[in-house]
Amino acid sequence: VRFETSPAPHVIAGYTVPRVMFQVLLALAPVCLVHVAVLGPGLLLQLFAAGVTALLCEAAALRWRDRATLPALRDGSVLVTAFLLALSLTPLLPWWLTVLGTACAVLLGKHVFGGLGQNPFNPAMVGYAILLVSFPVEMTRWPVPLDADATRDWGELARLTFATFVGGTEVHWDGYTGATALDSIRTGLEQRYTMSELLSRGDVVGPLGARGFEWINLAALAGGVYLLARGIIRWHIPVAVLAGLLVPAFLAHALDPGAYVGPLTHAFSGATMLGAFFIATDPVSAATSDRGRLWYGAGVGLLVWIIRSWGGYPDGVAFAVLLMNVAVPLLDRYTVPRIYGRTRE
Amino acid sequence: MDAGGVMAPRPDFPSGLVLDTHKEQASLAPIFDVPPPALLRFALDQGSGDGLEPVVTVGATVAVGSVIARPTGEFAVPLHSSVSGRIVAIESHESGSDGGACLCIDVENDGLDTRDASLRQPADFAALDPATLVERLREAGIAGLGGAGFPTATKLAVARSRGARRLVLNGAECEPWICCDDALMRVRADEVLLGARVLMRAIEAETCVVAIEDDKPAAVEAMQAAAQANAIDGVSIQVVPAVYPQGAERQLITAVAGVEVPSGGLPADAGYVCQNVATAGAVARWARTGEPLMSRVVTVTGGGVAEPRNVHARLGTPLATLVAAAGGYRGEPLRLIAGGSMTGRSLASDDVGLTKAINCVFVATREDLVPRLHAVEVACIRCGDCARVCPAGLLPQQIHRAVLAQDAAAAVQFGVWDCIDCGCCDYVCPSQIPLALRFREERLRLREREFAAERATAARERHERHERRQQQAALAQQREFDAARDEARRASGTPDPGASR
Repeated sequence: VRFETSPAPHVIAGYTVPRVMFQVLLALAPVCLVHVAVLGPGLLLQLFAAGVTALLCEAAALRWRDRATLPALRDGSVLVTAFLLALSLTPLLPWWLTVLGTACAVLLGKHVFGGLGQNPFNPAMVGYAILLVSFPVEMTRWPVPLDADATRDWGELARLTFATFVGGTEVHWDGYTGATALDSIRTGLEQRYTMSELLSRGDVVGPLGARGFEWINLAALAGGVYLLARGIIRWHIPVAVLAGLLVPAFLAHALDPGAYVGPLTHAFSGATMLGAFFIATDPVSAATSDRGRLWYGAGVGLLVWIIRSWGGYPDGVAFAVLLMNVAVPLLDRYTVPRIYGRTRE
Repeated sequence: MDAGGVMAPRPDFPSGLVLDTHKEQASLAPIFDVPPPALLRFALDQGSGDGLEPVVTVGATVAVGSVIARPTGEFAVPLHSSVSGRIVAIESHESGSDGGACLCIDVENDGLDTRDASLRQPADFAALDPATLVERLREAGIAGLGGAGFPTATKLAVARSRGARRLVLNGAECEPWICCDDALMRVRADEVLLGARVLMRAIEAETCVVAIEDDKPAAVEAMQAAAQANAIDGVSIQVVPAVYPQGAERQLITAVAGVEVPSGGLPADAGYVCQNVATAGAVARWARTGEPLMSRVVTVTGGGVAEPRNVHARLGTPLATLVAAAGGYRGEPLRLIAGGSMTGRSLASDDVGLTKAINCVFVATREDLVPRLHAVEVACIRCGDCARVCPAGLLPQQIHRAVLAQDAAAAVQFGVWDCIDCGCCDYVCPSQIPLALRFREERLRLREREFAAERATAARERHERHERRQQQAALAQQREFDAARDEARRASGTPDPGASR
């Protein structure tokens, strides 16, 4: 009897990249729900605009590069990029900026380097950074979280959000937009308010962190724990990011509580949890060994703290991640684990 | 696990995989003695790669135990006919080993089982001096029955020369589907321990640890009972976690002793010798009967076999006969694999004769092989799951990147030679990259390049010698010419033009 032959191993587990990406999208679902409840329906518009743009750009890039389009579109990686970008943007962004940012993320962040697996930078953060430095006004106009002011109405917020999204110029935002908590604290400190004065204003911080954003962070933490439990991500990067941010935050706050925000507020403000569990954990642009990932994550966390404390931007996750992306080749070079039977050279 | 994440290995074993073993059915059936068939085929590559040359010719008669092939190198041992009869062909066929095709000796069985006159009476191994004992084991054709087919005597001789005095008997049998060692330990525990005593004598060993995975409680019990009954000094039974590839020599030594075998070195460099329990069984048979290695226990299993079981068969028995002894093919057999599902060699034909190295005949159906059959390779996303399961502590993703970039130096630096080819990285890769295959190919390329470099050096040296000879010849010719010219000038009285300057 004759048989066909094939190389060993003859069995595999059957894990796939689309499955990994689908699990990430699933873990983002609670974040999106809380986001919509707290900041209005703008996120849904952003997800839609970013998602469609990402798929179109991916298809176009693959076509230009003479690659098969369908398998790559189905692997879900471009949707993860698009949704992470959309979640980082203010829900009040006009559609054309979302489209521009997403196109930059997919084309400049991913395909100029050779597509899936080749990009040295986190594509979503490339898109975010380009938008932030180019359109600082639009990018920093955030809605006042609904739980910060009981007089605000979700329906009215929805109407205003939609009007801005489609590019209306005569939108009267009175009272519905405001500085984010991290921004208020920064400007407040610059204006020589004391930290306790700032924190006593009920609309700045809640029981955990920044009003509104604390619940989004909590949902991201839950999604991250889900990914850890399913083995999609491993603990090294998120733990290192949180340690890199919270340890210096704790020390600085202990030494000078009037000038530095405490660790709990840091943990549950801005994009901390999304960054720690979903953005910094992008394996393509992160360091690859366990030890390398600890250094990488710690670097991201520390840079977030530095940018938040002394930098020119209220939050720093995007720049922290991009800066550590640059350091990855170096980290990979110096964190090769000891091979079995070898002494460390 | 349907999540797309990596199955957590056991906390007490930091890498490797916990796999479905598929061993129950075959291991529960009693060992079946396969009657010797009418025609047997002995491959001259018995698994260790290094060749044998036939010492018989077509038409010659042979008896049970007659030497039919002698080694041409250090990594082979004599091969004996397992039946009496006549040599009917010596031709090239598929070998069943990695090398592909090799010369095979076909023996027509006369059914008489006439014994070769040269067969020795059993020797009292305890009375033999250890070096002689090693040579006797070499003559008896004993080789590693765990799948590698490496000559036992060579391993023992190396151990003796490096003073390695600790024996590890490998009863881990970590690879899915294979259960012949489990069956042997359950049924012939005394035999395994007798083999252990002989092997200990050969290296003058201080200790012998029989390592068995914890998913074989019956084998553990049988071996423990036998060890108690025999009360051999220095022998102990150690239960190790059932994690693939626990039974890989280096990994097992580390699990048992907590020491690592140096990279590029041998277990003997760490003071250990590892032998399979089935090899110990073959050694014991030689000690009891004086017979060389002529048969082995082999698992015949897989979804494509009607009655999976372990069989005891003579070497040279065609795999088709072994499958028939297990009830024949069933359903749609898709692959015939010599070995298990992780490292077995996929064979093209069931005419292949049983070799010393074949411990399992795995007839796989579509169901046994999905999802490998439908694997679609995509780009590496550097998730690092491969590094997490790698028992050699490598970063397969980095080796792969080096291979893709054709950066041989980086591939070597990241440890492509330290890869033990277990396939764990392939198993978990979400990009479904055939990593183990890529690394095998890279090692082949590196070896070829090394040969090419050696050849180039040899050619250059040859060329330089040739040039030197030519130059010397030319110089000699010039000198001769000059001398003749000077002679002619002197004779004719013409002044030397050089003399006026």
